[in-house]
This record gives sequence, C-alpha cells and structure tokens, in this order.
Amino acid sequence: MKLHEFTASRAVAAIRRCEVSSEDLVRALLARMEAVEPQISAMLHVDAEAALAEARARDAAPPSGPLHGIPIALKDNLSVRGQPCTCASRILRGYRAPYDATVVEKLRRAGAVLLGRANMDEFAMGSSTETSSVRATRNPWDPARAPGGSSGGAAAAVAAREAFAALGSDTGGSIRQPAAFCGCVGLKPTYGRVSRYGLVAFASSLDQIGPLTRDVRDAALLFNAIAGHDPHDSTSLSDAPADLSSALGRGVRGLKLGLPREYFLKGIERDVEESVRRAARELEKLGAEIVEVSLPHTEYAVATYYVLATAEASANLARFDGVRYGHRAEKPSDLLEMYGRTRAEGFGAEVKRRIILGTYVLSRGYHDAYYLHAQKARTLIRGDFQQAFARCDAILTPTTPTPAFKLGEKMQDPLQMYLADIFTIAVNLAGACAISLPCGFVVRETTLPVGLQIIGPWMREETIFRIADAYEQATAWREEAPPL
Amino acid sequence: MNSSSDLHVRYVAQLARLKLSEEEACRYQEQLEQIVRYIEQIRKLDVRGIEPTAHVVERVNPMRADDPAPSLSPDDATANAPLRAEHLFMVPKVVE
Repeated sequence: MKLHEFTASRAVAAIRRCEVSSEDLVRALLARMEAVEPQISAMLHVDAEAALAEARARDAAPPSGPLHGIPIALKDNLSVRGQPCTCASRILRGYRAPYDATVVEKLRRAGAVLLGRANMDEFAMGSSTETSSVRATRNPWDPARAPGGSSGGAAAAVAAREAFAALGSDTGGSIRQPAAFCGCVGLKPTYGRVSRYGLVAFASSLDQIGPLTRDVRDAALLFNAIAGHDPHDSTSLSDAPADLSSALGRGVRGLKLGLPREYFLKGIERDVEESVRRAARELEKLGAEIVEVSLPHTEYAVATYYVLATAEASANLARFDGVRYGHRAEKPSDLLEMYGRTRAEGFGAEVKRRIILGTYVLSRGYHDAYYLHAQKARTLIRGDFQQAFARCDAILTPTTPTPAFKLGEKMQDPLQMYLADIFTIAVNLAGACAISLPCGFVVRETTLPVGLQIIGPWMREETIFRIADAYEQATAWREEAPPL
Repeated sequence: MNSSSDLHVRYVAQLARLKLSEEEACRYQEQLEQIVRYIEQIRKLDVRGIEPTAHVVERVNPMRADDPAPSLSPDDATANAPLRAEHLFMVPKVVE
C-alpha cells in the first residue's frame, strides 16, 4: 500500500513503529496532490516548505500525542497564525490570521502537522463548493460532479487521498453532505462540544467544527483531539469529554435505532433510499432493534434554517467593511461609499443574497413575522428530536436525497441548492450530533457513493460512533477508492 | 399580512451597506422573492405559546475571573489593516 493510501490511524501506527517519518508522509501527500490536484482542485493554499519543516520538527522530537507527525488539512475558514484564511472570498484575499484557532492549538498539542488549506463555498455559504471565489472543486468519483459543500475541498482532498484527514465546519450539513458526496466519513459534533474560537463565524448558533476522514476510527481520533471546553468560547460545553474508547468495537446489540418516516417521503431517489434501508437491515442483523419514529416538523426545517442562518450571517459579516482587514475599495469619496463598494467588490453573489435576506428578516416590521417566528419553529424542531430520542438511541436517515449532482446544475436556482441539505439542516437547528458514513453506491453515469446519517442525542457522540463503527466493520464500503 | 412583494432588494441592500448594480438588484429581487415565498411556509406553523430558541445550549452568562491575560498585541491587531498609521486604522474623513 502506498503511503498516501493510509488512514490516519495506520499512519499513526507506522510512525510509532518508526516505519515511516512524518516527513515521508508529508512528501507522499504532496506528491499525490501534484498528481491529482489538476483534476480535483481541492486545495487553496499549500505551503509545502512550511509543512515539511513542521514534519521534520516532529520527527526530531519525542512522540508528542495521539496525532504525532500526522498531516491534517484545514478548511479555509479556520485560523492559523501567519497563514492565509480567506474563506474562499475575495474580501479576505491577502489576510493572514493573527492567532491560532483553538482546534489548531489542540491539533498541534496532539502532534499534528498542518498540511494546507482546503477550498470551500465562500464563507461556507453553499452546498457544492461552486460559490468559492477562487475555483470549483471537483468530485473525485466523477469530475463533472460537485463534491458537495461547503467543506467540499476538505471532503474531496480526503477522498482523493491528498490528505489522511481534514477539519471542516458544519452549519447546515457542510461536513456531512460533502462527506456523503465524496464517500468519506464526516462528523458534526453536538453544538458546544468543539470550540469555535478561530473559526470565521457564519451562523454562530449553528456552526460546529468537525473531522472529515477515511473511516470512523479516524473520525474518533480527530474528535478526541479537538473536543473540550475552551474559555475563549463561552458556548463551549464544560461537560466531561465523550468516552469513545469504549464505543468502538462494542457492537450495537441492545440499541434501538429510529427511522423517521418523514425522511423517506418525497424527493429521495429510490436507490439512495434502498441503500439506507439496507444499512438499517444490516444493523438489525448485528443486533440493533429498528423502530419507526416521527419528526413531524421536518418539512419546516429548511425554511426555518434560511431565516435564522441568514439573519446571523448578516450580523456576522457586517465586520467586513474594509476598515480593519481584508479588501478595501479604492479611492472612496466617503465612509459610506467605502463600505458599500468594499462589500460589493469583496462578496460573491450567494453571500450577497444571504446578507440581503438576513437583513430583511431582521428589519423593522419583519422581525417578528420571520425571525421570531423561525426561532419558535426551531423550538418545535428541537422538540421533535427530544421526543424521538425518548423512543430510540439514535436515528438513521440518508445524509442527502440524491448522490452528488453535476457542477452547474443548481447554480442558477439558489432554492434548489438549499434543498440539497434537507436531511442535515434540522440537526443543526436541534444542536444534536450526527455522523455521515458511506453505505453503498449508486450508478448515474459513473458509480457514486451514498451516505448514511446517524443522528444522536445531545452529548451522545459515543452512541453514534458505536453504531457507525459496528456498521463499518461489518461492511466493506470504505475499501472502495475513487477512480483517479 | 406582509407578503414577499414587500422585499425591496435595493432598500435592504442599502441597510446592509451593499452597493448593487442594476443587473444584480434585478436578479436578486427575482431570486429572493422566490426564496421568501418558500420561507413563508413557516407562517403556517402554529407557534402560539411556544418559546423562541435563540440558542440550543441552556447556559446563561458563563462567567470567568476578571484576571488580565495575554491577548493580541497592537501590532498583530492592526497588521491586516488596508490603511493604518501606527496602531490606528485610517478611514476617509467622517467629520467636516
């Protein structure tokens, strides 16, 4: 097996046994990037010399932690001191982050080497990575198709074996949906599990950072490294960390898994549904009990999300005004013109649409009708999950209603793009945790992966890891690699 | 009842400090009206007596000791400024 084909866990073991050095791993991934990046365009910025220097420093030092010497890619909205952090936006071109995100500090403490920055939808607003102001990323399974988004660069890099693992962010499905489209594993932790300090904010009450990996155990390895309370993020939870060591390999006997009837109604493609139902039967064979549950407010989730997420985004993105960082329009006649033109030149179309929508739903006369109403709808959606989790330990759904769609297919119709996240959005509104992992393949023009989403109650990551691991161990989907 | 025709993109863009071209304003008007029509379905939901959720974490005002700790230096804090003088951000004149 070539080095770039390793999982993160295998690379950890190889370093520990002195079979390879961190520098070998970084060189192998850089060579892989050189070979496949012309087709995939997953990465925005890779400082090869800096990564190699970090790797050599790790090689010279005694083992430092569970990720000692392991290169990890980062979505371009996570701050690393001295590195670009552009959110794939023109408005942050040339910006260099003045501090490390907490997750970056934690990765370093675990011994990781920072490999480079992955492409994304501009400010994480999109479901295909096509709103990146730099370029679109291509799906490693079919370059004519989108990798999903917004963490599409991170998912494509992991799937194309350009990185063992990456960190992304998930506001309405931005880790899980690209993981499903690219055939990798993606975790959205419980809201508050992972510090958001140093993550460029999109919708602060929904954003969570999480790993994208080749398999479930790697996701556990990264989650363990980044989770935990952080005094820099007052929404981070002080609860004891999840104990994943006892979750892996434990099996699913005795667990009750819910299939929500509202997720198997309209819009879902038949073979995608069949893959997920097969996965449920497999888990049943492994000893789990399958029950039907109901999440009755599901049909309102996307609308609720696009009120709340855009409202929060319009406030968060007010800071990009050309004063303190980023792009500034040339020769403004006065301050107001400077703001207006800076933002017009710096933001792309999707970001502008969402800022306008978010400003509208917060504006005088509309706040109660839209924003407040959506906050109440959010209470009902969260209540759906509370009631469902009284009847089951976790919920199984498809991650997406279709496999990866074609590049350009949804770009002219923003609403169709929003509906691509129909199965992932409610989890962010509820604040619960969820993981997506491959559960089969369907044939369109080429073979494309399908994602199984396992949703768990608040703070019960160990439950979804336990189920995901049992399923993964019993099946062979992760052996499949894209035809590159 | 408000309806989606109430969304005047040009006016809202001005509130958001976004200068739009004619072409953008027309395109967004059409797209956002369609999106607002979709969003309006939440108004069908009966939310009487339901408390709003601003945040899923039921934690209020986490406090910490008011002790000084290292933070960004003035150099670091102003390093990305498009225009600065010493540690000040320079902007067009606001007061005549």
